[in-house]
Amino acid sequence: MTVLVFEIVVGILIVVGSLFCLVAAIGLIRLQDVYLRMHAASKAGTLGSGLMLIALAVYAWEVDVVSRAFAGILFFLLTAPISAHLLARASYIAGYKPCPQTKIDKFAESLNLPAAGE
Amino acid sequence: MTGMFLSVCIQLALAILSISFVVIIIRIIVGPTLPDRILALDMLVTVGIGFIAVMGIKTGYYLYMDIAIALGLVGFLATVAFARFVLSKASTYGRSSEPEDSAAQFKEPAK
Repeated sequence: MTVLVFEIVVGILIVVGSLFCLVAAIGLIRLQDVYLRMHAASKAGTLGSGLMLIALAVYAWEVDVVSRAFAGILFFLLTAPISAHLLARASYIAGYKPCPQTKIDKFAESLNLPAAGE
Repeated sequence: MTGMFLSVCIQLALAILSISFVVIIIRIIVGPTLPDRILALDMLVTVGIGFIAVMGIKTGYYLYMDIAIALGLVGFLATVAFARFVLSKASTYGRSSEPEDSAAQFKEPAK
């Protein structure tokens, strides 16, 4: 009975995690510019792979595997915002414009550049 | 009965992850600018980590977890290095000149 409950939890976790990865991929191809795509990829993608690592930890249910899974999830949660921020900042400074629908552009003001809408 | 639900879920998750791989690779090929391609490669690493986790559940080898953590580290370092590359190209050619692939970014789709 306990084994059955664990297997159902693991199955639901991996299906939900892969659905989050699919949502991130669809956002990557549907959204308009690199900044909006980053919004989809760095959040939904990290959540999807983190859920699948939790599923592996629940499936194994041993101390070493669970601790490594949580170390890996903590690592991904720490590094995904850093890499997304670095890439956004680098591509903005390199001159890749946001999409024309962008209204508020605080970073251009702080860089003393003309805002995106002008 | 016990293994039935889990094996169906594993096959479903592998199918969904394969669809995500194909969609991300379309973005890598189409993606009009360099940061789009870098972002899609980063996303490919993330989906690859999920794929490795599902394969670890399917085969029962928990050593796959270490490969997933190492892949995440390599993906993070690659994204940081690519971001520095974009930034160094900007400082070489100057902010005032637009990147050459930036003009193709918001073209109206041909009807």
